[in-house]
Amino acid sequence: MITFDDVVKVYPGGSTAVDHLSLELPTGKTTVFVGPSGCGKTTSLRMINRMVHPTSGRVLIDGQDVAGQDEALLRRGIGYVIQHAGLFPHRTVLDNVATVPMLTGKTRREARTAALGLLERVGLSEEFAKRYPAQLSGGQQQRVGVARALAADPPVMLMDEPFSAVDPVVREGLHKEFLRLQEDLGKTIAMVTHDIDEAIKLGDVVAIFRQGGVLAQMGTPQELLDHPADDFVAEFVGRDRGFRGLSFDSAADLPVRELTPDLVLDDKGRPEGWRVDGGIKALGGTFTTADSLRQVTDLAIISPVGIAVRVDESGAADGLVRHHDLADHLAARRGRSA
Amino acid sequence: MNLSYLFDAAHWDPSATGSFPDLLLAHLGYVALALLIGTVIALPVGLYIGHTGRGSFIAINAGNAGRSLPTLGLLMLMVTLLGLGLLPVLIALTVLVIPPILTSAYAGMRTLDSQVVDAAKGMGMRPWQVLTRVELPMALPVLFSGFRSAALQVVATATVAAAVGLSGLGRLMIDGLAVNDYSRVLAGAIVVALLAVLLDLLLAQVQRWIVSPGVSKRF
Repeated sequence: MITFDDVVKVYPGGSTAVDHLSLELPTGKTTVFVGPSGCGKTTSLRMINRMVHPTSGRVLIDGQDVAGQDEALLRRGIGYVIQHAGLFPHRTVLDNVATVPMLTGKTRREARTAALGLLERVGLSEEFAKRYPAQLSGGQQQRVGVARALAADPPVMLMDEPFSAVDPVVREGLHKEFLRLQEDLGKTIAMVTHDIDEAIKLGDVVAIFRQGGVLAQMGTPQELLDHPADDFVAEFVGRDRGFRGLSFDSAADLPVRELTPDLVLDDKGRPEGWRVDGGIKALGGTFTTADSLRQVTDLAIISPVGIAVRVDESGAADGLVRHHDLADHLAARRGRSA
Repeated sequence: MNLSYLFDAAHWDPSATGSFPDLLLAHLGYVALALLIGTVIALPVGLYIGHTGRGSFIAINAGNAGRSLPTLGLLMLMVTLLGLGLLPVLIALTVLVIPPILTSAYAGMRTLDSQVVDAAKGMGMRPWQVLTRVELPMALPVLFSGFRSAALQVVATATVAAAVGLSGLGRLMIDGLAVNDYSRVLAGAIVVALLAVLLDLLLAQVQRWIVSPGVSKRF
């Protein structure tokens, strides 16, 4: 657990970056600091590994004040990922990843062996090991950055805008991979982003900061979307937060209708399109019980007949959802939660 | 053009005083000493200024000031103050070497990617490790090009040693002029020019060896 205990950071010149911040980052969870620029989120993150020193107050990791600890040793025990990855251009990918193990006294051989395993873990094949960072794409560099931060197997990871320098498609992939990795590893992660969608998608807990380094609200993404504490938070999480909140509702308990003859299936029962006015129109996509209500709603909207198609693991169609089924389901849900 | 002096085998006898090998060795000795002393002085100062940003006017002005100082005049001043000997020559040549090395060390450190340096610190490198394992390897191409231009200048200028009675390839020119032996003057000029070209080729090769392909982008 990482604890901020009444932390203040005032820069020389008098501007307050962080204003009496007290919060706790739960162990094994991802806590995302999000807010407009100048809200002190990055400054707060950098106080955890002493890249920034608080003016007053304490930052503790598992009850131990970081201020009393040797800076270099403390940092070697905390993974650090930054926006443009910050890879060492003069070292190969493999040696970049091996950096911290080498610092902590592992032999070159041990460190490189471990580094190879980590590259695989972040989805890079062995052929990347001997390349230099300049030979990689932005997304690949960021993967190496994550592997490098994981190399010494630190319990705590700090990630400062880790995915903001890559294009949206690559970012989507990195998000998925991040969630998969974190499910395996269960690190205590502090992440900074300015993108509320990213915060909601990746965070177990989201801390929204406002200008002047004040914590506006902290809670699970669902809590923030359903019960914003004030207008600032409501504005920040966005006007379509109702729709976005659907991402947290599983499609698993959504009732479905039986298939109709209008749905064209192939010989394995997989849906191919809708029979409309004698022709066949594209489906626009399908969903499974693992998807969210947001996905189902989206499919129902883009479908040529206003019906979303559910498929099973084999890809065979096994149910249909109409617009008004969704509306009924949401109304029932509201009734339950109220 | 009379190349007779250059191609006279007697002038290539390594054991003879005043032969090409003898003068070349002395010449290279002055060059090496001046580069060594100049680097020891200018490199840390340039790195410090570039690293901290403090006193950058020194680094910027050093380049201009150094280029405008006439080495021969400085040498004569030093001889007047210190008498004849190796020391005044080394001082004059070192003053020539310092500006390009100082300026390039400064420039090399200033142009570092601050994100990479931040990452190095954040991963737990100590300041000395950040400097030697990250900053220097990244700044090396700029640093080394400063060293190369210093080496070239000092190779050409080390001929002034002969003007105050020392050895080196300048002997051929000073002595040749004194006795109107233009073949000897020409030989001296050719050997100095060749030496400069060869040295630069050698240093270019060294640069290729020591700069990481990741930095030079020669994959």
